[in-house]
Amino acid sequence: MPVHSFQEHFDSLIDREITIEPKDWMPDDYRKTLIRQISQHAHSEIVGMLPEGNWITRAPSLRRKAVLLAKVQDEAGHGLYLYSAAETLGITRDEMYNQLHTGKAKYSSIFNYPTLTWADMGAIGWLVDGAAIMNQVPLCRTSYGPYARAMVRVCKEESFHQRQGFEIMLTLAKGTEIQKKMAQDAFNRWWWPSIMMFGPTDAESPNTEQSVRWRIKRFTNDELRQKFVDVTVEQTKVLGLEMPDKDIKWNEERGHYDFGPINWDEFWNVVKGNGPCNKQRLDARKNAWDNGKWVRDAAMAHAAKRKAREGGVKAA
Amino acid sequence: MKLAYTLRLADDALIIGHRLSEWCGHGPILEQDIALTNTSLDHLGRARSLYQYAADLFNALPAAEKPSVFSSVAIQGLVAAGTAIDEDDVAYLRDGWDFRNLLLVEQPNNDWAYTVARSFYFDTFNFYFFSALQQSNDTALAAIAAKSLKEITYHLRWSSEWVIRLGDGTEESHQRMQQAVSDLWMYTGEMFVMNAADQDAVQHGYGVDVDALKTLWMERVKAVFDEATLAMPAGTWMQSGGKDGKHTDNLGYILAEMQFMQRTYPGMEW
Repeated sequence: MPVHSFQEHFDSLIDREITIEPKDWMPDDYRKTLIRQISQHAHSEIVGMLPEGNWITRAPSLRRKAVLLAKVQDEAGHGLYLYSAAETLGITRDEMYNQLHTGKAKYSSIFNYPTLTWADMGAIGWLVDGAAIMNQVPLCRTSYGPYARAMVRVCKEESFHQRQGFEIMLTLAKGTEIQKKMAQDAFNRWWWPSIMMFGPTDAESPNTEQSVRWRIKRFTNDELRQKFVDVTVEQTKVLGLEMPDKDIKWNEERGHYDFGPINWDEFWNVVKGNGPCNKQRLDARKNAWDNGKWVRDAAMAHAAKRKAREGGVKAA
Repeated sequence: MKLAYTLRLADDALIIGHRLSEWCGHGPILEQDIALTNTSLDHLGRARSLYQYAADLFNALPAAEKPSVFSSVAIQGLVAAGTAIDEDDVAYLRDGWDFRNLLLVEQPNNDWAYTVARSFYFDTFNFYFFSALQQSNDTALAAIAAKSLKEITYHLRWSSEWVIRLGDGTEESHQRMQQAVSDLWMYTGEMFVMNAADQDAVQHGYGVDVDALKTLWMERVKAVFDEATLAMPAGTWMQSGGKDGKHTDNLGYILAEMQFMQRTYPGMEW
């Protein structure tokens, strides 16, 4: 069968919305794009454990502590499914870690911001997980089967996290003056980075067109960003907080909220490594990996010894 | 006395859970990060059940007795106002000297070997302790014991496997594991000390004779160490004090971090 017919078969699966599975032929660029996107997503889950992990030991009540601990654990679980999905494309988890640790692979820039007060646990759940859900729900129908199936599980848990975050914000917003101040301060700090999570504008997003064609992506960055802004403005009214963007205004003609200019210099600067916590986040991951080397080596050595002994017993 | 006994069991659970939660996001293997967080959640869940029960016991005390139970200014204020206390008040507002956890559980994580060693000593003790506590004549404690034992059985399997894996792994892991079990050995004797609270608990049938658990504990530890090719630690000096509120330097730092929100913003809902 000539090569072009593999391509035709692949294209026809995509067009008929039939998922691509690990053993199917796929174009190299499709594979590369998916590895990049899925591993970046997995890294984001793992690095994303750090800013919230900060508050586990300081959570203000035992119930909140348990919920936060379970939430951060869920993120580790998401990392695990996603690394496994990426592995089906022919890359190992160790290779992906190496790309993260050497800076070759990126993770979501949002996690390069610090968590300064308890209200950040609310704002992250509400806004960051909220934005993540907007991005991720369409991925449950993405063309690559293992990724789509992983995302179904991820999205279920993320929507639970988002409700928990909103509930933290609501408790603070309805609380004392200082609690309300805490909530507003966290909202002010997390708002702009959250809407930057959808990535550069469509005009500046070189990969979007091909990804939409391959049905890896289902909506453009700007479409998703607008949807998020529209939903969040309404939720802010329920909280009784003020939008951090003074240019937010309902546009009757568009049927959407207009919003003010995004500081793309800040966005690109953080992507390039110059955010407030880029170094700390990456160092934390590298340290966990480097300090764990002797543990992983020991586990391997022990497993090998055990296997040899069991083999010996069988032979005898 | 039952209140003090219940609080002590809760304190052990809260403090070990706190230590294990410090690993979250920093574990050597992603799967183990998840496993350890699970265990931390189990301990925290047990702490909450016990603190809720302790708060009930406290709230049921005659008004005249309440002011002398905890010396914390914050709790004294609640008592003076006639407010009932809850799980968060006992966890977040008690002062260090009213915490009665074992010194073992407040020791720092250091590295994976110390963390495993601390868990192994404690899980082994917990396994026998909660097995026996199921026979408590206090139905609340017996029920908590029955539920906890299922979790603790898993904890003990996890920590035993890691002691064996590291002890019988590489030369480096063997040395690190031997060092950890030897360094923490001096905090194990306290588990079997029958202080006034333990004696009261045994006398009235709601608690466990911990002195009687020592042989079982020692045999189990020895069996696992043998499989792990580790030597039983030779030290004979046993440091105690936690059960009487005399702690190591570590507890103050743990509480400063853990209690900061409730202490800084008193009387608020979170």
